[in-house]
Amino acid sequence: MTTTDKRVAEEVPLTAHRRSLTNVGFEWLSTGAAALILVLLAAVAAFLLTEAWPAITDTSGELADKVSWIKPEDGESLLQVVGYLIFGTLLISAIALLIATPLSIGIALFISHYAPRRLAAGLGYLIDLLAAIPSVVYGLWGAIVLIPVLQPFYAWLATYFGWIPLFAPDPTTGVVSPTGRVALSAALVLAIMIIPIITAVTREVFLQTPKLHEEAALAMGATRWEMIRMAVFPFGRSGIVGATMLGLGRALGETMAVYMILSVGLSTSFAILQSGNHNTIAAYIASQFPEANMQGVSALIAMGLALFIITLLVNMLARWIVSRRSEFSGAN
Amino acid sequence: MNLALRSGAVASAAALTLLLSACSASNEADPTTEAATTTDAATSAPATTLSGELNGAGASTQDTAMQAWRAAFQEQNPDLTINYDPVGSGGGRTAFLDGSVAWAGSDAALSEDEYALAVDRCGADGAINLPMYISAIAIAFNLEGIDTLNMDAATVANIFDGKITMWNDAAIAAQNEGVELPATAITIVHRSDESGTTKNFTDYLAKASDGAWPYDASGDWANSLGESGQGTSGVKQILTDTPGTIGYLDSSQAGGLGAVAVKVGDEYVVHSAEGAAAAFDAAAPAGVNGDNDLAFKIDRTTSAAGAYPVMLASYVIVCQTYDDAEVAANVTSFLEYTASAEGQTLAAEQAGSAPMSPALSEKVVAILEGIAANSGV
Repeated sequence: MTTTDKRVAEEVPLTAHRRSLTNVGFEWLSTGAAALILVLLAAVAAFLLTEAWPAITDTSGELADKVSWIKPEDGESLLQVVGYLIFGTLLISAIALLIATPLSIGIALFISHYAPRRLAAGLGYLIDLLAAIPSVVYGLWGAIVLIPVLQPFYAWLATYFGWIPLFAPDPTTGVVSPTGRVALSAALVLAIMIIPIITAVTREVFLQTPKLHEEAALAMGATRWEMIRMAVFPFGRSGIVGATMLGLGRALGETMAVYMILSVGLSTSFAILQSGNHNTIAAYIASQFPEANMQGVSALIAMGLALFIITLLVNMLARWIVSRRSEFSGAN
Repeated sequence: MNLALRSGAVASAAALTLLLSACSASNEADPTTEAATTTDAATSAPATTLSGELNGAGASTQDTAMQAWRAAFQEQNPDLTINYDPVGSGGGRTAFLDGSVAWAGSDAALSEDEYALAVDRCGADGAINLPMYISAIAIAFNLEGIDTLNMDAATVANIFDGKITMWNDAAIAAQNEGVELPATAITIVHRSDESGTTKNFTDYLAKASDGAWPYDASGDWANSLGESGQGTSGVKQILTDTPGTIGYLDSSQAGGLGAVAVKVGDEYVVHSAEGAAAAFDAAAPAGVNGDNDLAFKIDRTTSAAGAYPVMLASYVIVCQTYDDAEVAANVTSFLEYTASAEGQTLAAEQAGSAPMSPALSEKVVAILEGIAANSGV
């Protein structure tokens, strides 16, 4: 206790009361909690690295020999398989984000600035409820209910917009996937899954726009939409980016929904209406793990490491954007 | 599967507590052997009652049947805890050879290297393969109003390699006179995960199709065509939901779908447990390690009457002698049960497998009894 007393004296406290046991206790608790996160992160990283090491450092070709899904006869290596998977993961997540972000901002704006108060409260509650639905339920619903409904729409899309490479039908059969188990379906379900997350965060940010800014804009004769553009968006920009990145994080790591919806394959094709072209890292690990031998497990964990790094990079990028943007936001 | 593993863990934890308490009751001699004998004495069971823990690992193809066998056998022997870790065939063989499990379940027989390693693990007599689980693989399709279609292996291979794309293709029509084939596109459905079903199906295609299937047998699907589903249930769901699809799945799950009758000799045979058993009976012995080694090379091009060569056979791999009499007693008793007519019928009911022929079943049981005798049980 003596050391604590000394420190308090040195810091010249504003209020001169002694630091109680509760204060010290709480400080230790919160420091411990923060440290635990770092320890966990380090433990996960260490686990991924040590387990993946045999696969990463393998040069003898033994890996390709023992792991049946790496096909050296087709010129494939672990790196290439991971490359295909990273492409699939990023493609599906990006489309999901592209669909979810504008929708989420619209919903959040409606709740924070347009809807009557009572409706807004109910709607906000419903959105939060959506976020609590387990992903396996979204996966089942997508696979059994949504996909059969979407398939005719895909066929229509390919007929009229097939000249866009994204919507190109299968060149050999001339049609899109008859089951609808394609990347766009996975992306749509992922979008539905991340909408509640993005909406919940952006709504909170929009609600915190200083009333003075809003009233100032309105006083200058701005319409409501102009007020939102002048006051709400600049204030909430960093919040929107943060929320989007949170959603992207979930989309990148989502396993079950993709696993149940997508007809998988490996390629770098942008044709999101063709089946058997895409897969994501998380879904791949889940599907190959049960039958994997020792070398296979190591290779799968190497993929997990790749996903871990991508997620870290995405989060760092988001941080960077937020910190850059905050200079221009109306918040200061 | 998770549930089974977890309940296994709980059970083994319970067994451990039992052993520990037995330990603390006795305060002399070697704790482990003492524990086992004390437990036996405490329950004062007849000499045939088994106790302790028995660990196996291997092919997930056997997992459903294994769960049924374990449950039934542990009911008869409440002091025995049996664990089966469905890590996959390769993983199971590795675990067996390094001595961490007492037996392995495997879709493939031991390789030459592994026979050599088995001598280190089991002693001079090494290890042997014994067939335990036989199951037919249905080639199923979804076409309104059509229950069966006749196809030879080359036609099936061409369909699954994307060379035949329409249901009314001449190659299909020629073998199905009088059947009104629709002019719809064929959608191939395969497994998205690595599986023994895929491996045996592609093995059939590779060996029986006269080169129409240009790939080797593999647990992973070879080409990038068609749709894929997760596990047997995933494949079944796609087949059921989408008209015009064709896929392969375990025979027991193919109800309600149209089935391809494959050409065997001059006849067309639909999948059935009996057909798979007949195909297995026609298989050539491929055992390397003496008469007791019942590895077989399945003849995918067999013309035996009633045989259905699109099937998978899964083995158990055991030592010819075990050092530890208790382990030997546990392994052989349990596997004698699974190989018996009773065990095979149970697997047929629970997992939809094809029961082994009585002659084969008796032979396997006799070999297991021999192992028990060699190990001094």
